[in-house]
Amino acid sequence: MSRAEHLARRAPVGSILIGVVVYALHQDFWFWRGAHPLVFGFLPIGLFYHAAYTVASSIVLWAVLPSLWPKQDESEADVAAPSRDRAPSR
Amino acid sequence: MIPTAVVFGYLAVVLAIGLLARRSARQQDAEDYFLAGRSLGPVVFLLSLFGTNMTAFSILGASGHAFANGIVTYGLMASSSAFVIPLTILVIGTRLWALGKRHGFMTPVQMFRDRWECGHIGTCIFVVQAVLLVPYIVIAVMGGGTTLEAVSGGLVPFWLGGAVVSLVVMGYVFFGGMRGTAWVNTFQTVLFLTFGAIAVSVISAGMGGFTHAVQVMLQSPSTAPLLTRERVSPLYFFSYTFIPLSSIAFPHIAIFCFTARRLEHFRKTVILYPICMLAVWLPSVFLGVVANVATDVPAIATKIEARATLATAGPTLQIEERDRLRSQASGDDVIVRLLEGYAPLWLASLLGASVMAAVMASDSQILALSTMFTEDVFAFYGGTRRFGASVQVQTGRIFVIVLTVVAYLIALGAPQSIFDLATQYAFAGYSALAPLLVAAIFWKGSTKWGAFATTLWTALAVLAVALIQAVVPAPPPGVAVPIVSIGSVDVVTRAASGTTVLGMLPVVPMTIVSALLMVAVSRLTSASCPGRATLAKYFPGGQSF
Repeated sequence: MSRAEHLARRAPVGSILIGVVVYALHQDFWFWRGAHPLVFGFLPIGLFYHAAYTVASSIVLWAVLPSLWPKQDESEADVAAPSRDRAPSR
Repeated sequence: MIPTAVVFGYLAVVLAIGLLARRSARQQDAEDYFLAGRSLGPVVFLLSLFGTNMTAFSILGASGHAFANGIVTYGLMASSSAFVIPLTILVIGTRLWALGKRHGFMTPVQMFRDRWECGHIGTCIFVVQAVLLVPYIVIAVMGGGTTLEAVSGGLVPFWLGGAVVSLVVMGYVFFGGMRGTAWVNTFQTVLFLTFGAIAVSVISAGMGGFTHAVQVMLQSPSTAPLLTRERVSPLYFFSYTFIPLSSIAFPHIAIFCFTARRLEHFRKTVILYPICMLAVWLPSVFLGVVANVATDVPAIATKIEARATLATAGPTLQIEERDRLRSQASGDDVIVRLLEGYAPLWLASLLGASVMAAVMASDSQILALSTMFTEDVFAFYGGTRRFGASVQVQTGRIFVIVLTVVAYLIALGAPQSIFDLATQYAFAGYSALAPLLVAAIFWKGSTKWGAFATTLWTALAVLAVALIQAVVPAPPPGVAVPIVSIGSVDVVTRAASGTTVLGMLPVVPMTIVSALLMVAVSRLTSASCPGRATLAKYFPGGQSF
């Protein structure tokens, strides 16, 4: 197996691991009972954390997208024209 | 009077967009009406997909929930959705698109029938999906009624507001089909994002700045906890992360995945989706929270008073009196009330129209149900073959009318707040149906009996939750009534916000059992696994779990 093939096989595993970590970071019990510090003077830290988490989600999705992208499906679907006849019927 | 006129003007514009979409349709066949001919471009695809998910629930329900429960609302629904929903669109939605394009599927049930070589089990899935989608449509009707009543200062009563919104939505879905729905959703999303930002600035200025509002909240023992999450347990918080799994399992979202012209259009949608979530949910939740100090707005002061009475005298009150106070304390119209209190009339009118934009997102659900009925029932049982494609489209349109009337009638008698209704029935049910999609696309060993067991379990579980909530009246806030206990452990309890299982939302056991049933029953019925030709269509390289 070439190094490129090896990396390609490992990429989805890495992406899944990143996904699990991001999912776990949603459970921020450390900011549970306090409103302070107030970010920008008015945003309670618990709310700011989750707003930042939302932005981080976008960045993580951008990072893992290439390894989870169904390249094979794109090329296959491009050659196939849609047809109502192919939908299953009774 | 002016705000009402502006909102009605807005409704007229939306209806006109639907009619315009009908005129631009290339052909009048089912694929064009129900899927816009699989031709949506990247911008319309992103904004209308997001607009489809951004419903009365996310605007009115979120701010109403935040008004009563504080900042926890954002973490419960927005931040977990901002990660899980685009991830499911990336992993499942793109595969659905390719399968739809390659095999001509227009609904998830068509794919399930083909994938598992089944007929009537597909019909069972259709029935459960359809029944679970109705509450979601009801939410939008309730949202429309609530908003129009609030914007018009009571001039347009709830029943009339709901009827007007239902008629407008029915109109542009009837005439414009998927193209009309997508265009209207795009227009509404742009409108809401633009005026939402203005709303935040205007309300902030009216309240003397958010820093001042938050300081006032921190000084009062009754409002300070709303700036933390101490009223919610971490376990309950965790259980909410199962809810976003419902998004891709909702037929209107799955069907929407079929409408993109190219797979490439998913890329921007996946990356930008969390940012759109932030732009809509953060202001909705924050405004809902700080509304607690807007006691100079009479309607909000009444709500706060009703809530205080419930908290102090709740257990001693009659059930009817408790329900009346609960309805009075409901914060579903709190954003509109803030606008009413702090924005100049002309701006409040425009902002009220943009709130209407978000509320009217039932169009996609109505169209999806119509698509499902005509494809999964009418066409599947020979209707199209016998009567032709144009009759199929007409049948879909008639179904749109029937469905709208039914949803409207239910909305008139629905007692619960928007948020609870959505969470307890539609979202939990669809999360429990998510294993169907995952198994169909990624697991070669799944069978139709596994799919049937999952569907049956979901139906029974949702029914059980609905029964508990109908039989056991909602206790006062902060009180939990045990329903099922084992030893000293309360397994099922009824709280003010709904039913919980071991302190979690019912969606957690529902989804886990659903997935386990799919695996166990499929293993037990491996003899009914589809043939090699079918499996080759879904797993061309032999890849599977």
